[in-house]
Amino acid sequence: MPEQTTTRFAPARVAIELIDVHKSFGGQKVLNGVNLQVEEGTTTVIVGASGQGKSVVLKHMLGLLKPDSGQVRVLGDDIATAKARQLKSIRKDFGVLFQNVALFDSMTIYDNVALPLRERTDASEAEVRANVEAKLAMMDLRGVNDKYPAQLSGGMQKRVGLARALVLDPKIVFFDEPTTGLDVLKSNEIYRLFHDTQAALGYTAVIVSHDVPKIFKLSDRVALLAEGVIQSSISPEEFQRSENPLIRYFVETTMGPIYSGEKEEPAPL
Amino acid sequence: MWYSMINLLEKLGDYTLYYLEQAGRIGLFLVACLWRMVTPPYQLFPALRQIQFIGARSFFVIFFTGGFTGMVLALQGYYTLRKFGSEGLLGSAVALSLIRELGPVLAALMVIGRAGSAMTAEIGIMRNSEQIDALECMAIDPCRYLMVPKFIAGIVSLPLLTMIFDMVGILGGYLVGVTMLGVNGGTYFQGMYSSVVWNDIEMGLVKSLVFGLLLVWIATAKGYFLHWERSGGFGAEGVSRTTTSAVVLASVTVLVWDYLISALML
Repeated sequence: MPEQTTTRFAPARVAIELIDVHKSFGGQKVLNGVNLQVEEGTTTVIVGASGQGKSVVLKHMLGLLKPDSGQVRVLGDDIATAKARQLKSIRKDFGVLFQNVALFDSMTIYDNVALPLRERTDASEAEVRANVEAKLAMMDLRGVNDKYPAQLSGGMQKRVGLARALVLDPKIVFFDEPTTGLDVLKSNEIYRLFHDTQAALGYTAVIVSHDVPKIFKLSDRVALLAEGVIQSSISPEEFQRSENPLIRYFVETTMGPIYSGEKEEPAPL
Repeated sequence: MWYSMINLLEKLGDYTLYYLEQAGRIGLFLVACLWRMVTPPYQLFPALRQIQFIGARSFFVIFFTGGFTGMVLALQGYYTLRKFGSEGLLGSAVALSLIRELGPVLAALMVIGRAGSAMTAEIGIMRNSEQIDALECMAIDPCRYLMVPKFIAGIVSLPLLTMIFDMVGILGGYLVGVTMLGVNGGTYFQGMYSSVVWNDIEMGLVKSLVFGLLLVWIATAKGYFLHWERSGGFGAEGVSRTTTSAVVLASVTVLVWDYLISALML
């Protein structure tokens, strides 16, 4: 069987394109010419050691940070030079799941998920309710409407965050460390929900993650950010076989043995 | 020697640049908020809620401070005026000092302590926990959604609270001056009636409007730009430090502007 290196949805248009993006903070160079293409309908995972600037790349895509030089093109528009109104219209197609979820902690779960609908659409309260209930049901969240974010567990908060990110049926969804701080069961649950919703809604996904190698199962493209540059944007299989020394180092340190003389992993049943 | 000189110059330049940048940011922030205040979509219902929080819930604080301020003014004023045998001026002394100065200033200071600190902390925490980024990413304008209702509430509430402060203060003065110290009640109000003119009331109103705007501006901007704080706006301590500095800055600014407006309008 030929190795699968193509994407699930072909042929693809480019949803996000970073062209030679440079960014420094207080004299410290973080991004040193980042180039990356994300095709529509695919899942791209950005991996890399902590502190390499993965979240910085994400914030550039969201237009929360402006590059010192270079372009960030999202759905054809340069988000770095976009005026406020244009930026707003680009962001209408975004859904974001933040690292710490960033739910509005003084609002109920229902109001959190309903907020984008109430503020950005002319939907009647009945339509809002129908949409919110549907998204919460999609996330297996029932009976939490009147609770506050602090009253929910971490995994449930993430699911509420995902419901909020998807409530407007966005074209691109960004995930910043979607499973950090969750146990294996909970993170599998998030991955399953991600997989199901993407299949249902067909959005483009950009995921920043540490969860190697599990995250590879969900990705079409893996991009390694190291030394301020995206080292690759290739399929997970190619990634694990790559000869690029930085990629090999990353693969070995994240997926190899933890210490020398370690016991072999138990054979799968 | 040279090294330390250059070091000093560098620090000085660094500070200057930082404060210029900060001033620019905060200035543009005000312009953005005021612009969104007068352009649709209007934030009517959220504004009412903020008026309830900043205005209605401050009523008792204002009531008590106003009452006791009037009472102590009457007490002090009575013993001073008696030396000159002019206790009859007590009413006008109390009313003028309340309407022109103490009403707007003390009402503003009380609201800064009660609602200003709360605003800075609320917005600062939202900034720290990425809730403001989340709003922006959802294409919801944080200025319009979070700040405009607070600005409207500040501008609407402060003049009203100031009027309540003045009124309760005058009645408190009456309680002490007339009921307890025996000044003639008719004289108390007649003196007030003949000496307080529209100009005085106008000055009090202008002050309370300006203070309402200033205190909301400083409180919200401090929270909104928490991440630019020089001392580092990180975590719970960052929020508490920024809240403290917002309260101090707002109080001092109110007093400075009090002088400026008095100097301009007298």
